[in-house]
Amino acid sequence: MKKSPKIALIGNPNAGKSSLFNSLTGLRQKTGNFPGVTMDKLIGKWKLEKGDDASILDLPGIYSIYPKSVDEQVVINILANPQHPDYPDLAIVVADASNLKRNLLLFSQVRDLGIPTVLALNMIDVAESQGVVINSVKLARELNVEVAEINAKKGIGLNGLRLAVNKTIESGYNSNDSLPMDYDRAMIEVIKEKYGDTDDYHALLWLSEHNNLKQFDLVQRAGFEEIQEKYRWNTQDFQSKETMARYSQLTEIVDNCLHEMPIEEEPLNTWTDRLDKVFLHRFWGYFVFLGILFIMFQAIFTWATYPMDLIDGGIANLNDFLKSNLPPTKLTDLLTEGLIAGIGGVLIFIPQIAFLFLFISMLEETGYMSRVMFIMDKLMRRFGLNGKSVVPLISGVACAVPAIMSTRSIGSWKDRLITIMVTPLMSCSARLPIYTVLIALVVPEKSTLFGVFNLQGVALFAMYLLGFFMALLSAWIMKIILKVKERSYFIMELPSYKSPRFSHVMLTILNSTKAFVFEAGKVIVAISIVLWVLASYGPGDAMEEASIFVKAQNPTLSGIGITNKISSKKLENSYAGHFGKFIEPAIKPLGYDWKIGIALITSFAAREVFVGTMSTIYSLGGEANEENSTVMKRMRAEINPETGKPMYDMALGFSLLIFYAFAMQCMSTLAVTYRETKSWKYPTIQFVYMTGLAYISAFIVYQLLK
Amino acid sequence: MKTIADLKKGERGIIVNFTDDELSLKLLEMGCLPGTQVTMTHIAPFGDPIAVKVSGYILSLRKDEAATIVIA
Repeated sequence: MKKSPKIALIGNPNAGKSSLFNSLTGLRQKTGNFPGVTMDKLIGKWKLEKGDDASILDLPGIYSIYPKSVDEQVVINILANPQHPDYPDLAIVVADASNLKRNLLLFSQVRDLGIPTVLALNMIDVAESQGVVINSVKLARELNVEVAEINAKKGIGLNGLRLAVNKTIESGYNSNDSLPMDYDRAMIEVIKEKYGDTDDYHALLWLSEHNNLKQFDLVQRAGFEEIQEKYRWNTQDFQSKETMARYSQLTEIVDNCLHEMPIEEEPLNTWTDRLDKVFLHRFWGYFVFLGILFIMFQAIFTWATYPMDLIDGGIANLNDFLKSNLPPTKLTDLLTEGLIAGIGGVLIFIPQIAFLFLFISMLEETGYMSRVMFIMDKLMRRFGLNGKSVVPLISGVACAVPAIMSTRSIGSWKDRLITIMVTPLMSCSARLPIYTVLIALVVPEKSTLFGVFNLQGVALFAMYLLGFFMALLSAWIMKIILKVKERSYFIMELPSYKSPRFSHVMLTILNSTKAFVFEAGKVIVAISIVLWVLASYGPGDAMEEASIFVKAQNPTLSGIGITNKISSKKLENSYAGHFGKFIEPAIKPLGYDWKIGIALITSFAAREVFVGTMSTIYSLGGEANEENSTVMKRMRAEINPETGKPMYDMALGFSLLIFYAFAMQCMSTLAVTYRETKSWKYPTIQFVYMTGLAYISAFIVYQLLK
Repeated sequence: MKTIADLKKGERGIIVNFTDDELSLKLLEMGCLPGTQVTMTHIAPFGDPIAVKVSGYILSLRKDEAATIVIA
C-alpha cells in the first residue's frame, strides 16, 4: 500500500459531496488549480490510520462520466487518464439514497473504469421520510463493493467510511471487466494496440470522448476518428444503449435491496413544496428575489463599509508610521506609496467580496439559487442568456473574476460565451469608489428626489442599473451576431431545500476570498509599483530640471506652496506625465486633460487605481493640510485653465462616470476571459467593444452637457 | 402523440420514448427512463420552463425539451 493514497470524491450534484469533503477534512484543505485549467481544485487531508494521511480531492458534481459542460470535463479528464497526476487510487462515490438508481448509474461507470470504489450512501433519512428503506448490506453484496452509510451534513458514519476505505485499499478490488453492454472486441484490441494497454471501458471511453480529452493530441484524435469510421461507431447510440443497459441492471439490484413502505399518497406537503408555492409564484417569486437582492446590496454597500474603513485606516496608519520611522529614501517611498498602497488596494475589497460569497453560498446551499434560475430563464433567454446566467451577473456586482469562473456550469457554449462577454459590464465593487468620488463632485449633497431619496444615492443606484441594462443590451446584440448552431438546454435538478451549514458557508467564503486576494492581488500590486515608478521618474534629467525651473519662476514662494508646485511640475515631466500628454488629443473630446489621461492609462490595468492615481497626481509629495485634505476636495478646487471655471463640472463628471461604467479596465478579467475561452479572440473583442462603447457614450454625454 | 409539455399542473404520465437522440442521453442520465412515472409539479411564471417529479426528485426543463419526451 502506498504511503499517502489519493482519494477522489465523486457524485451527482446535490448528493452531499461537498458536505462530506468538509466533514472529512475540516480546515485541513487548500485550493489549487488543475493543471491546464483554472478550475478551483479543493484538496484536503483525511486521517485514515495512525500517521497515515490520505489526500482527498473534491471533484465537481456530475451525473455521468460523459461531460455536458466545462466543469464536467475536468472530472473525465482525470478519470480517463491513469497517467494524470490527480488520477485517484480510490474513489468514494457519494450517492443520494433518496434517488438511488440515478446515483448508482455514475457509481457503476466509475467502478467499471477499474478504480477501486467505495459507495457512501448519504441522505438515508430523506429516503426514509419518503418511505424508502435500503438494505445496505444486501446492496454491498449485490454490487460487490464496500458500502458505508453516512450523514455527510452531520458528519455521522465517518468511521464506517474509513473502515470501508481501508478494506478496499487493502484488497485493491478492481473491476472484473464484464460490461453490461455489447461492443466489438476486435475494435477494442485495435485501440489497445494503438494507444496502450488498458481495460475495455477506458478504451471505449477514449474512443467516444477523445475530443474532450486533453491526453490526446490532434494526430491521436484523428486516429480515433479512423477507428470510428472503420467500425461504424456511433457515440450517441452507444452511450444511450450503455445507459439503458446499466439502468436495467441497476433496477434489478435496487429492487432487491430496497423496501418501499406504503405511505399515504405522495407527500405533496413537504417544506419544499410549501416554499416553492411562494418562491416560484408569478408575483411573490420575483418579489422575494428582489427583496433578497436588496438585502445583499445593503450588505455589500452599507455593512461592508465599516470593516473597509478599518482596513483603510489601518493601512494609512501603517504608512504614516513607516514614513516617520524609516529614512526618507526612494526605497521607503517605494515601500509606502508603491507596495503597501497597492496591497491596501487589494485588502480593501475583502469585506465586499466576503459578503457577496456569504450570500451566494447561502443561496446555493439552501437550494434557492436553482429556483431563481427557474423563474429567470424565460426572461434571460430573450437576451441570448440562460437562467444560469443570473449567478454570474449577480456576482459581477462584486467582482467579474469569480463571476466569469462561475459560468462553467452553463452547459451551452453560446450562452456561456455571451454571459462571459457581458458580465464585466455589471458595476463591480472596484467601480464603487470611483462612482462615490465623482458623484460627490457633481451631484449636490443636500438635494433630494421627491423630497425623500437622497439624490446622490439615486445617482449611484442609476449607475448600477445602467450597467445591468447595458449588459442585457450587449447580450441581445451578440445573440444576433453570433451564429453558433448549438442548442442551449436547461435540464437541471431542483434540489429540495436544506438549511445551510455554517461551517460550509464559512469555508466557501474563506476559499473564494483567498482566491480573489491572490489572483487579482498580484496584478493590482504590480500595477501600483509600476505606476509609482512611472510617476517618480522621467526621461533624462527632466525631473531635476523641474525643481530648478519652478524655483527660478517663483523666487518669492516658500514652504508648502513651492513643494506642491515642484511636485506637480515633476509629475508633468515624469514618464506618466508624458503618456498623459501623449493621449490628451484623443481624450479631449470627452472633456479630459492629461492628468485624467494618466488616471485612464493606469486604470486600464485595474480600474480601482483611479482614486489612488488621482490622489497621487493631486498630492504627490505635498503635505496634507486642512484645506485640501482629501482627494475630493483637491479635485473640487481644480480649475480648468481654459475656462477659468471648476474643472470637475457636470459634463466632465458624467462623462467620466459613463466611461468608467462601460470601459474594460481590468487585466484580471481579461486574463480570466482568456483562460475560460482558451482564445485571445474573446478578451480582445471584450476589450474593444467595451472600451469603444465607453468612448462613444462618454463623448455623447460630454458634448450634450457641455 | 402526447408529451410531457402537454401535461397540466398535477397531471401524470408514463415515459414511453424520446424524439430527440441528442437530448435523450442527458435525460436518461437524469433518471427519465422509459416506464417511469412523471408528474408535472411547477410551471414557471411565463409558462416556461417547467418542473416535473421523476424518479423521486424534481427536474426542471424547458418546454421544448419536455416536448421531446413522449408519454402515455
